[in-house]
Amino acid sequence: MSSELRPNLIALNTIVYREVRRFMRIWPQTLLPPAITMVLYFVIFGNLIGRQIGDMGGFTYMQYIVPGLIMMSVITNSYGNVVSSFFGAKFQRSVEELMVSPVSPHTILIGYTLGGMLRGLMVGVIVTILSMFFTDLQVHHLGVTIVVVVLTATIFSLLGFINAVFARNFDDISIIPTFVLTPLTYLGGVFYSINLLPPFWQTISLANPVLHMVNAFRFGILGVSDIKISVALAFMVVATIVLYLGCARLLVSGRGMRQ
Amino acid sequence: MSSALSIRQLTKTYGNGFQALKGIDLDVAEGDFFALLGPNGAGKSTTIGIISTLVNKTTGTVNIFGHDLDRNPAQLKRCIGVVPQEFNFNQFEKTFDIVVTQAGYYGIPPKIAKERAEQYLTQLGLWDKRNVPSRSLSGGMKRRLMIARALIHEPRLLILDEPTAGVDIELRRSMWTFLTELNQKGITIILTTHYLEEAEQLCRNIGIIDHGTIIENTGMKTLLNKLHVETFLLDLKDPIRTAPQLTGYPSRLVDDHTLEVQVDKTIGITALFSQLSVQNVQVLSLRNKTNRLEELFVGLVEKNLAKVAI
Repeated sequence: MSSELRPNLIALNTIVYREVRRFMRIWPQTLLPPAITMVLYFVIFGNLIGRQIGDMGGFTYMQYIVPGLIMMSVITNSYGNVVSSFFGAKFQRSVEELMVSPVSPHTILIGYTLGGMLRGLMVGVIVTILSMFFTDLQVHHLGVTIVVVVLTATIFSLLGFINAVFARNFDDISIIPTFVLTPLTYLGGVFYSINLLPPFWQTISLANPVLHMVNAFRFGILGVSDIKISVALAFMVVATIVLYLGCARLLVSGRGMRQ
Repeated sequence: MSSALSIRQLTKTYGNGFQALKGIDLDVAEGDFFALLGPNGAGKSTTIGIISTLVNKTTGTVNIFGHDLDRNPAQLKRCIGVVPQEFNFNQFEKTFDIVVTQAGYYGIPPKIAKERAEQYLTQLGLWDKRNVPSRSLSGGMKRRLMIARALIHEPRLLILDEPTAGVDIELRRSMWTFLTELNQKGITIILTTHYLEEAEQLCRNIGIIDHGTIIENTGMKTLLNKLHVETFLLDLKDPIRTAPQLTGYPSRLVDDHTLEVQVDKTIGITALFSQLSVQNVQVLSLRNKTNRLEELFVGLVEKNLAKVAI
């Protein structure tokens, strides 16, 4: 093992452990709210309204929206974990602890990203377990399901990191989730198939990255999708690489952290 | 003796155009206890920020124990521990966790990190506060926590930016003892402080920075020897109405029990007491009006201010 690899692995373990400890310590703010919100979605949209809607894509409405709601939880929690943790570290200046240490920028980035992914995936598992009280789910393609959910958590963790780097106050970390993330998620096919839209809006919807992720995940669980899985997976892989390189560059430059 | 820190032609110009450092050269020998002094805004914190990699330099070189900041930042960072002026730890984390986590960033395995955390928290009187969230610590405890955190990777160079600011005198003195012991163990220490008495008591060498330039860089004794005139306050046993006539000692009456006298080092203080005794003025005690280093410091900075103004 090279002289720099072992210390960086210990540092990576430290960052991830610290991130997990943070969101577990404040579980009433991090793990409980998405569970309650999703139960309300299951009861109101899936059960009460869904009975009036009938089948969608060959499945009950409840079965149809469960994959989208799981993804919605993963997206918001991956993003929210990194943006709040890294901006909090900037705000309290505890990010200086990392910057004065010899830990490499890549280790810092991977550590924060893994922290966001773990929270996103943990919430995803909680929501999946809760959904089983409302409907039966058979996983159609386990490999696709896992790859899509992991890539989605990675992408939104990295996006959260970028938001935190540029944020100067607490308003800046709520603007993107409120005005960008939530509309994209709601219009990303969580509650409906884009086949219900007029052709023009179907085309416009294809520009929404969340639509690709939700549909790819729905394919993994139910075996149905509005878009090509290969396109969705290729898009997610490219997005992950581009975002990672962008974040690494921001960290090396010290943007928003070094004067 | 080899060099712990070597800075050459270091400049820093901030985004708003303000030139904080104008090409400073600075050397600190290994094992030294070095004071970096200067008025507010002189460039002390910028210099420390660049050394600790929290501030990007504009030009120049920084070398610590042979490691160049540009070429080998990771090795350079392993050599230094930084205690900043402002609290910069997570206020919601426990004291013990803050120190152990910092060790992890330096690649120290958890078992060793926990042993060292216990050692330093005990030495700094914080072991019984190990499970307390850091926000509930007092100001003095928070400063000691930052010292423990800075020492966890056993650095060869410890940089303290006003470590005793806002700390009561008892605690300040115990911190002086602790820092002196660290220095005796071989750790090079760079200290910035506004308490010049602290710098005079602890440090062997001194650098004074003002308006982004080093205006003095010498030994503490050498600098103090430059002080030709000292001002003393004499506490008198009996009240007097007018200042006694003292040849060679400019004086004035502060109040009827206190006499202020300027003593030229070339003349000495013995003749002063002889003259007072002849005039039946009895002295109970005497003290410096201001700290000796403070007199020199103010003089140097005022001289530099006049130069900058020209």
